[in-house]
Amino acid sequence: MLKWSVLILIFGAFSFSQVFADEDTTAGIQEYRDLLDDVNPAELWVFSGEELWYRKAGPKNASLETCDLGKGPGVTVGAYVELPRFFFDAQKVMDLEQRLIYCRTLIQGFSRADIISYPFTKRGQETSEIEMLVAYIASESRGLHMNIPLMRIEEKRVYELGKQFFHFRAGSHDFGCITCHSGDNQRIRLQELPNFRNKDEASKSYGSWPAYRVSAGEVRTMQHRLYDCLRQQRFPEPIYGSDLMTALIMFLAKSADGGLYEAPGIKR
Amino acid sequence: MFKGNLFILTVLVGLSSWFNSPTVLAAEFNSPKLNDLLHGGLQSKGPVNFTKFFDQDSTQKFCSELKPVVSSDEAKRLMSENLKGIKFLEDGAYIGDWARGELIAQSGKGLRFNDSENTKNGGNCYACHQIQKEELAHGTLGPSLYRYGEIRGYSDEVIRYTWTKIFNPQALLICSNMPRYGHNKILSISEMRDVMALLLDPESPVNQ
Repeated sequence: MLKWSVLILIFGAFSFSQVFADEDTTAGIQEYRDLLDDVNPAELWVFSGEELWYRKAGPKNASLETCDLGKGPGVTVGAYVELPRFFFDAQKVMDLEQRLIYCRTLIQGFSRADIISYPFTKRGQETSEIEMLVAYIASESRGLHMNIPLMRIEEKRVYELGKQFFHFRAGSHDFGCITCHSGDNQRIRLQELPNFRNKDEASKSYGSWPAYRVSAGEVRTMQHRLYDCLRQQRFPEPIYGSDLMTALIMFLAKSADGGLYEAPGIKR
Repeated sequence: MFKGNLFILTVLVGLSSWFNSPTVLAAEFNSPKLNDLLHGGLQSKGPVNFTKFFDQDSTQKFCSELKPVVSSDEAKRLMSENLKGIKFLEDGAYIGDWARGELIAQSGKGLRFNDSENTKNGGNCYACHQIQKEELAHGTLGPSLYRYGEIRGYSDEVIRYTWTKIFNPQALLICSNMPRYGHNKILSISEMRDVMALLLDPESPVNQ
């Protein structure tokens, strides 16, 4: 039943996004948001994600209820705004998406290769379970504030590595994250760019991911956002669930520390 | 009372020296470096080769520092190094076809990991600059280039400066955000001449 409603929504959003892609303006997005009124398409991903969280699955036929996202086994409320964080069981710092891979391999018995082979839904194909789970977990932190104290030395180290990567310029175009995200009131074409040196802008941006993307008709996660940034930066392809992505997310999350978390929302 | 305070002080001193002890420093030394993370986090795909990407040149290394000192001697040395590599045209024919230049300025394709090896590279100038007035979907990372020639004139000096800027902006401003179109072979000589025409042909809509 839920799967069908997701499918219907995807096709609906597809046709809409075709019309919409040409306008490409901030006013257009607002119009679209108003049109949807209180109905956020991301809610369907949230519902499906919740169902997945409690459903027994995988070779071990287990639900994710014993998965510890940092606030104790099965606790989903407030988990996202405290991630990435250090996990004693894994002895490393993980962001939500890396942690979900960990839980799904250990608790449910899925293979890591299988999980990371299809993180982002492709057009006309089955919705990625990761996107649903992430939408659900993120929604459980809505209205809370980002809380990244970097209490542990491991977390501080990962933050510093993420900061270095943010400033890393290389490749055919000499680009880095810093090229587009270190000044106020800047745009690529008509797309406004958050300045990650500015706490308010960083909070607004970080606090709005994951999001339902009108252009894709899908909910996209933070790792997908970075994947697409790095593609445009002419960087090599990012590996899903890697420590490099976690480090970058840690730097961004800390830059948004204290900010209001409002995702999943709607984006172009 | 006094003895108690002394005890706490001793413990504190002990703790602080433990935090600075060689074992902790050794752990710090063995902690992962960005290079390790890059190797595990990025892979070659399409036209993007990891090994080539990872091998930053001295300008990229300098500009990847958290706060590059752009007034330093090293910065000056790098700028002159970049300037040396610029190919100036012997025939002085820097102005190509502005209409083709406009197409190059519009295209953001090429050299991304999802592009094919044969994708024709764009200049993607509109991503950051206003150029023709009619194109409203322009970025603001770079200065407006509308009326570029009208404002600056069409002298040899302006032409040479503009060629330098497109071929290798790091020769004029170290750690500039702009790609080195000639130096990194993003565009060919002939394509750069077309972009030059968009900015510096008096007939180009940019200068109307």
